[in-house]
Amino acid sequence: MSLISEGAEFNGTIAEPSLATVGDYLALLKPRVMSLVVFTALVGLAVAPGSIHPVTAFTALLCITVGAGASGALNMWFDADIDRLMTRTARRPIPGGRVQPGEALAFGLTLSAFSVVVLGLLVNILSAALLAFTIFFYVVVYTMWLKRSTPQNIVIGGAAGAFPPMIGWAAVTGSMAFEPILLFLIIFFWTPPHFWALAIYRMEDFKRAGVPMLPVVKGEATTRLQILLYTLLLVPLGIAPYLLGYAGLLYAVVSVVTGLGMLILAVQVYRERLPSDQACRHLFAFSILYLFLLFAVLMVDRGWGGLIARLAA
Amino acid sequence: MNEQGEDTGIVLTEAQKRARRSRSIAIAVSLVALVVLFYVMTLVKGPMMLVRPL
Repeated sequence: MSLISEGAEFNGTIAEPSLATVGDYLALLKPRVMSLVVFTALVGLAVAPGSIHPVTAFTALLCITVGAGASGALNMWFDADIDRLMTRTARRPIPGGRVQPGEALAFGLTLSAFSVVVLGLLVNILSAALLAFTIFFYVVVYTMWLKRSTPQNIVIGGAAGAFPPMIGWAAVTGSMAFEPILLFLIIFFWTPPHFWALAIYRMEDFKRAGVPMLPVVKGEATTRLQILLYTLLLVPLGIAPYLLGYAGLLYAVVSVVTGLGMLILAVQVYRERLPSDQACRHLFAFSILYLFLLFAVLMVDRGWGGLIARLAA
Repeated sequence: MNEQGEDTGIVLTEAQKRARRSRSIAIAVSLVALVVLFYVMTLVKGPMMLVRPL
């Protein structure tokens, strides 16, 4: 007996053979987000005590990179419906029609599994477990749950972007300490002012897509106040590695000066009113430089010497 | 079906063939890289490869 009765018509549609290029699949990995993840993970790896073979360090970074990219692909798979409504994301591979949703899902799941398993097999279990949790948190907690249900979406969801330094640290030590948690907190409190500045000048996009970003739900004035409050928390956290003895004078100078820059811009954002959004654009751009400088100087000031010594050993 | 009545199935265009070829090469390169990575890591770790610390 056949499960398909003879003469029955096939009503489904056969997908056109894919025209997706390698570049389209690379775009699914969100290369720009990935570069920040790689960098912060490298800092976590460099400042960690103990030794790690350079090849093992490379493997750890590769797995963290691929894991971050995989969660980006799964995010694009789930968000394809709202991505096509926003000008910032409408040209992504799925809404652009170059990659089928199913292809992106398979790609993301395969890379997620590979990155976690390889990290566990070749580096250590704790870093693999943290990477698996990060992917789960970004895809399930942030993308599937929080993003469309609460204006606090990027506050809680921001944790996913803050885990990489902890994974880098765990790759070296196989354990956890307060220092990588401090790095986590810096990125965690950096995310709201960074992303809400963007959300203010892209508010129409988020409105159209029905994403309940803070400026859409609570209004622009509340968001500007929240940006200032989070920046007031962020700046002391940025200086904390020096105050707690994890970094030297160079880091102290850079964190104070750039922290002041963040505060000045956050005050300007607070005092500015739409249709003017220049201060928001300035804060968004400067916040990227701020985080990069903090972590780069921390690595040079604290970890660079140790990393070079380890590579030479 | 073609003119001779044979079932030709799905015929790829040149662009589709090019895209498929580039994807196939990328998958091959990734698999070779994975094999090399495991090989080098086995050399680096030696017998410690089987020790699985947290």
